[in-house]
Amino acid sequence: MTRSKSKPKTTPAPPPPDAAFDAAAAAYEQAGNMFQLIAPDGTSTGAGELPNPETRLRLYHEMRRARHFDERGWVLYRQGRLGVFPPFGGMEASQVGTAAALTADDWLFPTYRDTGAALTLGLPIARALAYWRTSPHGWAMPENLKVLPFYIPIATQYPHAVGAALAEKRKGTNNVAMAYIGDGGSSEGDFHEALNFAGALEAPCVFILQNNGWAISVPTRSQTRATNLSKRAEGYGIPGVRVDGNDVLATYHVTREAVERARRGEGPTLIETVTYRVKPHTVADDPSRYRTDADNEGWDAKDPVLRLQTHLMNEGLLTGDSEAALLEEVADEFEAALKEADAYPDPEPAEILDHVFAEPTPQLRRQREQILNEQGLSEENA
Amino acid sequence: MTATASKSDTPADTKTMTMIAAINNALDLALEQDDAVHIFGEDVGVMGGVFRATDGLQAKYGADRVFDTPLAEAAIVGMGIGMGLAGLKPVAEIQFAGFLYPALDQVLSHLGRYRHRTRSRYHLPMVVRAPYGGGVHTPEQHADSPEAILAHTPGIKVVIPSTPADAKGLLLSAIHDPDPVFFFEAIKLYRSVKEAVPTGDYRIPLGQARIVTEGDDVTVICYGGMVEVAQKAAAAAQSAGIGVEVIDLRTLVPLDTDTILASVQKTGRAVVVTEAPRTGGFHSEISATIAEEAIEYLRAPIVRVTGFDAPYPPFTAIEDVYRPNAVRVARAIKAVMGY
Repeated sequence: MTRSKSKPKTTPAPPPPDAAFDAAAAAYEQAGNMFQLIAPDGTSTGAGELPNPETRLRLYHEMRRARHFDERGWVLYRQGRLGVFPPFGGMEASQVGTAAALTADDWLFPTYRDTGAALTLGLPIARALAYWRTSPHGWAMPENLKVLPFYIPIATQYPHAVGAALAEKRKGTNNVAMAYIGDGGSSEGDFHEALNFAGALEAPCVFILQNNGWAISVPTRSQTRATNLSKRAEGYGIPGVRVDGNDVLATYHVTREAVERARRGEGPTLIETVTYRVKPHTVADDPSRYRTDADNEGWDAKDPVLRLQTHLMNEGLLTGDSEAALLEEVADEFEAALKEADAYPDPEPAEILDHVFAEPTPQLRRQREQILNEQGLSEENA
Repeated sequence: MTATASKSDTPADTKTMTMIAAINNALDLALEQDDAVHIFGEDVGVMGGVFRATDGLQAKYGADRVFDTPLAEAAIVGMGIGMGLAGLKPVAEIQFAGFLYPALDQVLSHLGRYRHRTRSRYHLPMVVRAPYGGGVHTPEQHADSPEAILAHTPGIKVVIPSTPADAKGLLLSAIHDPDPVFFFEAIKLYRSVKEAVPTGDYRIPLGQARIVTEGDDVTVICYGGMVEVAQKAAAAAQSAGIGVEVIDLRTLVPLDTDTILASVQKTGRAVVVTEAPRTGGFHSEISATIAEEAIEYLRAPIVRVTGFDAPYPPFTAIEDVYRPNAVRVARAIKAVMGY
C-alpha cells in the first residue's frame, strides 16, 4: 500500500452541540446508569419527554389497582380467603409501565409475580383471585385477551413468547409478544436460548427482566458477577435497555419504543427494569432468615406509586379530592370482583380429567368412571 | 377399538417408498394442505435433515415454512409451544431422541398441560419428530428409546410407526391432531424396508393397533423397530407349529387396550417386546394392563423381552446383546409355550 500524498489528513469535525442529548446522558448517569424520567422526588430528570397527562393518569390508576390487589391479597390470605401468592407491591411501575405499552392483540407471558402486569392488560381481577385460590376458574383466560396463566416454572415462558411472536410475524400481523422474568430467571438456559432464538429469527418480542434484587433468598450479587443485566442482550445481537423500574413513566417510555420497534419488524429488545422486592417471596416466606433492614434501605423512598403521586400533585394533575375518588373507585372495583370470585363454584371431582385432550382417550374415560364410582357419583350428576 | 373403514384405507394410487420417503411425503402433503404447518429444527432447512426427512421442502415451501433454528433443543420445543398457542401447527424435529433431554423441561412442564391449564382456551396442535432406537451401530447417545418418559407425561400422544405406509398415515394424523404428539421414528427402519404407500391424503387414526400376523397360541406385543424382530421370531415359531399373533401398537397414547386384551384372551400367553431399558418401560405398563384385565385367561406368566438397565451400548460388537433380536423373542415364545 502506498501512501497518498494528494490529500492531507483532517480530523472529522465534532458533531454540533445537542443540548437535549447531553441532558439525557447526564440524567442517565445521575440516575445510576439507567433511564429515568422522574426522580424519586417526583421531579422531571430531563432525560426525555413525559407521556401526555392522560397517559400519566392512566398509569397511576393502573398502579393503584395493582397495589390495591397486592394489599388486599395479604389480608385475604390471612383470612384464609386466598392461597399462597407472591406479592409484588413496590414493583408496580415495573409491571404496569411495561404491560401498558401493549394492546389486547399482543401476547403477555407473566410469571407468578406479575399479577400487576396481567391486570394492566385486562385480566379480570376475579380471574386473578381465582388463580391464587387454586380454582380452575383462574385458568379460564378471557377469549378477548392473549394473557397466559401465570408461569410457575422459571424462564420456560421465554421461548413461548418467541414462538408466539414468530407466529404473529408469519401470519403477517404486527402484534408482539412480551414475556417477564426475574434476575434469578435470567440464570436459566431458557432465558438465554430465547434471546438467541428471538435475535436469530427476528421475532417481534419484548423481554422484560425485572431485576428485583432477590431470587427467593439469593441476592443478585450471588446470582451472577454481571452488574448490568441488560448487557446480556449484547451477547445475542439485540438491543438491551436499562431502566429505573420504579419510574412508571420511564418503563412505559422504553417499553413503547421496544414495542414499536418490534411492530416495525426490527426485532426483539431486552429491558432490565431495576426495582426491588420489598415484600417477601410469597406471603408464606420469612425474609428475616436471609436479609436485614440494611439490605432494604432506601427502597421505601423510591416507592413507585408515591413517586408518580407526588409528580401528579406537583403538576396539578391530581388533587386530594380526585385521589380520594380514584381510591374509592379502585376499592369498589376490587370488592365487586371479589364477590364474583366468591361465586365461582368449586370444581367437581371428575373435572381433573377434563381438558387433557380434545377427545378423551379410552384410558381417561375409564379413569373418569373410576373417579365417579369412588366418589359415589353417577354420570348424570357428575 | 375396531378399525374404521374410511376411504383413505383403500387408496387408489400407491408408490413404493422407504419409511424416510414416506415421512417426507407426509410432511410435503401437510405443508401443502395447511398454511399453518411449519417445520423447524436443526439442519432441517437447506440440508433437509440429517436423515433427509425434510429433503426439498424448504425449496418448495420457502424458508418461512421450513427453517433451521439455532442449536438448542429446549428452545426448539419451547418456541413450538408458543407457535402452537398462536394458532400454527408446529412440526419440530429433534435430531435424535437421545438429544431430546435438554427440552424435557418444556415437554414435562408445558407441552402436555396447555389445554388443561387454560381449560381448552388454548391447545397445542404440535408434533415433535425424533429418530429413535438402535440396530445401526450409531455413536454414543444416538440410539435411545425414551418413549416411556413421554407416555408417562399426561396430555401427550405417543406414536411409533413400523412401516412406511403407517409412517405416512400416522404422521398426517399426528400433524392434524389438535393435541401434542411425539412421533418416534425407528432409525433402523428408515431405509431398510420399502412398500407401497398411498400417494394421496392417507390417515390412520391414532389409537388403533395393527394385527401384523394372526395366531392362536401366543400374543407378541411390540411397536416401531421391534415389529420386524417379532415378525422374524413369529415366522420361526410358526415353522415349529406355534401360532403367533403379532400386535403392532402403532400408538402408545392412546393405547389400544381392546386389541391387546382380545388377543391375549384368545391365546392365553403374552410376550412384550421393546428395546428400551427394562425398569419402568412401557412394556411394564402393557404387562400390568394384561395382568389386571385378563389374568384369568393367562396360561403362562407374561414375559418381557427388553433392553437392560444400562445405558444403550455404542459397542458394535455387542450391540445386539442389548437390543432384542429374533432369537431372544423366539426363546420367550418357547418359554411361555412350555410353561
